[in-house]
Amino acid sequence: MTKPSAQKESLAVKYGIEQPARRKAFKRVFRHLGVAVLGTAVAQAAIFSRPARAAKILRPPGALPEKAFDSTCIRCGLCVKDCPYDILKLASWTDPAPLGTPFFVARQDPCRMCTDIPCVKACPTGALDPLLTDIRKADMGVAVLVDHENCLNYKGLTCSVCVRVCPIRGEAISLKPIQNERGLLQIPTVNPDKCTGCGTCEKHCVLSEATIRVLPRELGLGVSGANAAGRGVW
Amino acid sequence: MASALKRMAAALNRHRWLLMRRTLQILIVLAFIVDIPELGRIAHGNLSSSLWFWNVPLTDPFVLLQSLLAGAPLAKTALIGAAIVAGFYAFFGGRIYCSWVCPINMLTDAALWLRQKLNIKGNLTLSRELRSVLLVMALVLSVITGTLAWEIINPITLLQRELMWTSSAGLTFLAALFLFDFLVSRRGWCGHLCPVGAFYKYLGHYGRLRVTALKSDACAGCSDCIKVCPEPHVLAPVVAQKALAVTDSDCTRCGACLDKCSSGALSMKLDFGGKSAFRGIPIVKS
Repeated sequence: MTKPSAQKESLAVKYGIEQPARRKAFKRVFRHLGVAVLGTAVAQAAIFSRPARAAKILRPPGALPEKAFDSTCIRCGLCVKDCPYDILKLASWTDPAPLGTPFFVARQDPCRMCTDIPCVKACPTGALDPLLTDIRKADMGVAVLVDHENCLNYKGLTCSVCVRVCPIRGEAISLKPIQNERGLLQIPTVNPDKCTGCGTCEKHCVLSEATIRVLPRELGLGVSGANAAGRGVW
Repeated sequence: MASALKRMAAALNRHRWLLMRRTLQILIVLAFIVDIPELGRIAHGNLSSSLWFWNVPLTDPFVLLQSLLAGAPLAKTALIGAAIVAGFYAFFGGRIYCSWVCPINMLTDAALWLRQKLNIKGNLTLSRELRSVLLVMALVLSVITGTLAWEIINPITLLQRELMWTSSAGLTFLAALFLFDFLVSRRGWCGHLCPVGAFYKYLGHYGRLRVTALKSDACAGCSDCIKVCPEPHVLAPVVAQKALAVTDSDCTRCGACLDKCSSGALSMKLDFGGKSAFRGIPIVKS
């Protein structure tokens, strides 16, 4: 049993390696370091290539901006459990959102805007901001009338369901009259400063695909630019 | 009749640690998913953060650490919860989590059981230090990517989410994990790869609940305990009678050695140094 190691040591002496034990330890450390560096590089690539959050994925009220939310939410599901209307779900691998984070889809089940905001109170980490105490200040997204072609009000009818179901009545969505060749149209118009993105309008749109949709604010709103042409200066 | 009962009692006694462990593991899983009439659910959330008995917050310190490294601000409830959990494991021993709490342990133990039943010998030998490498990777990746890196694949919370919504998207991963332990590497996941185990190992490095061999002269030296131990190297010094207690923090306190030992040499004790701290000259037996 002792022969191979004796042979090794004699080789070590022959080639002038003085401390084979130390050499072995270095080898071990560097092998692990190599695995760690390689693994980190591959895993980082994998993490960065995950699909982005889909536009229909909405966060519960008080959610921090998406990047901060991703790092602060610890995927425990306490908000999910405290939602009295069971609209929230933690993302599984088939959902287009970071695994384990809570979300709702407005068209399936909108936020009912509870005045005591139980989901925010349940959050242990502050990923749902505890400073949000007035549900009317929540920002889950913003409603946008994305399809003018199919909206019944644009066709001259007065469907106006989105206006009538809006929980921030008369403020977040209102009808603005527009005169065109079809006559006087009553156009549902969103006030982004009042809209919380609860999704009730999207849920109740009578068409089989909603023409009004709640989008994350950065997707749904333009921002006026720095120069006169309205675009950002390159 | 009486002898049958006696035999049954003896069999139960021979597996008492395993039975206690399984009972607690199953109770913890059920606490999150079963509604008790009149009371509701005992535990809400999942093992990354939960609310027990409607008042007690518990947070996994490893998940919180990833979150903080990813750039999250400090939050009171999560910190209190993590302090309770970390304090418990730091005092008693970190890897108690692995064998008494973690639901994945049941999956990997089942894989090992099947592996032994079918006498599968092929084994991919992995370094037990790989889990520490993965732990470092998880923490570094959390810093780099700003997300909770391990939580992307963490099978523990994955299993709980699957149970909560009876979804199946993560089942393939759990099945792969089972097959890996069953066919590829003996005790591959819990004993070599899982960084959660590595985290709790370092957290509970000075844990005081220890397998001790105070009656070491009763030990017949059969090494049956080593054969059933999920981390056999921790018992080696005790069997060689160079130590009177398992001090290696890899020990999961699963009690398999206590169930197996027929000589009564081993016991699970809170150990504050004292007698079992003895190391050095092996005890010479006549």
